[in-house]
Amino acid sequence: MVDQHTVRAYDKDLELLERRIAEMGGLAEKMVIDAMDALAAADTALAHQVVGTDPRLDALQREVEEQAILTIARRQPVAIDLREIIGAIRVAGDLERVGDLAKNIAKRSLKIGLEARVPRAIIGIKHMNDVATELMKDVLDAYAQRDVQRARDVWERDAELDALEDSVFRDLLTHMMEDPRNITFCAHLLFCSKNIERIGDHATNIAETVFYLVTGSNLPTERPRGRQETDIEADAGGEV
Amino acid sequence: MTNDVTAQAPLKRASATKEKVVTRGLNFYYGQTRALKDVSLNLYEGQVTAFIGPSGCGKSTLLRVLNRMYDLYPGQRAEGEVMLDGENILSPDLDLNLLRSRVGMVFQKPTPFPMTIYDNIAFGIRLYEKLPKSEMDARVESALRRAALWPEVSDKLYASGLSLSGGQQQRLCIARTVAISPEVILFDEPASALDPISTAKIEELIDELSGDYTIAIVTHNMQQAARVSHYTAFMYLGEMIEFAETNTVFTSPRDKRTQDYVTGRFG
Repeated sequence: MVDQHTVRAYDKDLELLERRIAEMGGLAEKMVIDAMDALAAADTALAHQVVGTDPRLDALQREVEEQAILTIARRQPVAIDLREIIGAIRVAGDLERVGDLAKNIAKRSLKIGLEARVPRAIIGIKHMNDVATELMKDVLDAYAQRDVQRARDVWERDAELDALEDSVFRDLLTHMMEDPRNITFCAHLLFCSKNIERIGDHATNIAETVFYLVTGSNLPTERPRGRQETDIEADAGGEV
Repeated sequence: MTNDVTAQAPLKRASATKEKVVTRGLNFYYGQTRALKDVSLNLYEGQVTAFIGPSGCGKSTLLRVLNRMYDLYPGQRAEGEVMLDGENILSPDLDLNLLRSRVGMVFQKPTPFPMTIYDNIAFGIRLYEKLPKSEMDARVESALRRAALWPEVSDKLYASGLSLSGGQQQRLCIARTVAISPEVILFDEPASALDPISTAKIEELIDELSGDYTIAIVTHNMQQAARVSHYTAFMYLGEMIEFAETNTVFTSPRDKRTQDYVTGRFG
């Protein structure tokens, strides 16, 4: 780790940022796990809890941004310090989005809770979520420890999640074709799988930020792909 | 006012073409004390290079070697090579007056001569050229314009240079330097005794002069180095630790000592 600043209040500013990010990371990670558990077990109380956690995450993101702006204004950071602060802003943004995506899954679980028609359809999604959770955990550790190798590893493993999304997509299509009454349920699950895939993308973003923060250079813009672009129509549209 | 691309660009981009000043294996001694250790450095033509580093690191010494200012003091000597357009300026048979007309210097404290504003400028020119009054007037005006001082002094050219404010005096010194059309201008902490507005004016001036002149500036103010220079040289204990484009030095320096210094972690 780097040495202390001559002005020690500067270190305190940076530590505060880091603590807030750690807190956000913990919250976001838990939201992702809980949202999936709520979906799998049709646990409405847990789903409500996930939805209720999101405002805290949003507030923390604002706090990180304000603290970052103040630090820039007061200390005119350069080099590693500047990268730390810009990194914190970016990571906070990604974590806030992860929270939104988890919240969206929780909301869907509330909607479909009573008509979970083909429970086995959830298995693939659950598997995706396990991978996404692991990516999140690893990338947050990489951030906390400034571990470039670990960040790079996450960056490469996201391809796995993309491949899983493909197979879940086919699986859900099959269920829908088998019985049109499955369509509503499976359509919700499709969005859930998309959300989880996006959570993986945010983990990848954080990995890129960690890499930049530590090395001062960027990972290539193209990362390894886990699927054929032709399999799925262009990734259009936002969340529903 | 000139409006070149660098002045408009949000970030300075180094666009080095050719080396104007090159030092190789430069050592400098104050008596027994070795103040510069094997310093190798390029100053690129038309670019601004900032020398940064803690007190006593040798940055001012290096600047003073570049126009052989040290020659004025006994017991000080430089070894190695300092090439100005390919000619070694450390060579003993060099014409020092000619050298100093090619390499001008602006000091930390404004040093106007105790004479009129007009004569402060004309004095230097007269050392090198004999000009009729009308031509001299034009040269004085153009130098004062170049130093962005003309609008403030055009109606009092025959007032004493010492009657100006600190910031104006410093710009008068810059005008005096520019008046003899040097190729290289050395600035030794030119704004450290000035208020923020005067400092901004000096920085704006350096920005405008770059392109036409090769500039080296010693500064203790790192933000200033980041703002005005294309290249930054970080020195420590007489050594050149890192020399790179300013954008690199202030975003991802290579050497840990550079990073510790620019981020305020030193010592």
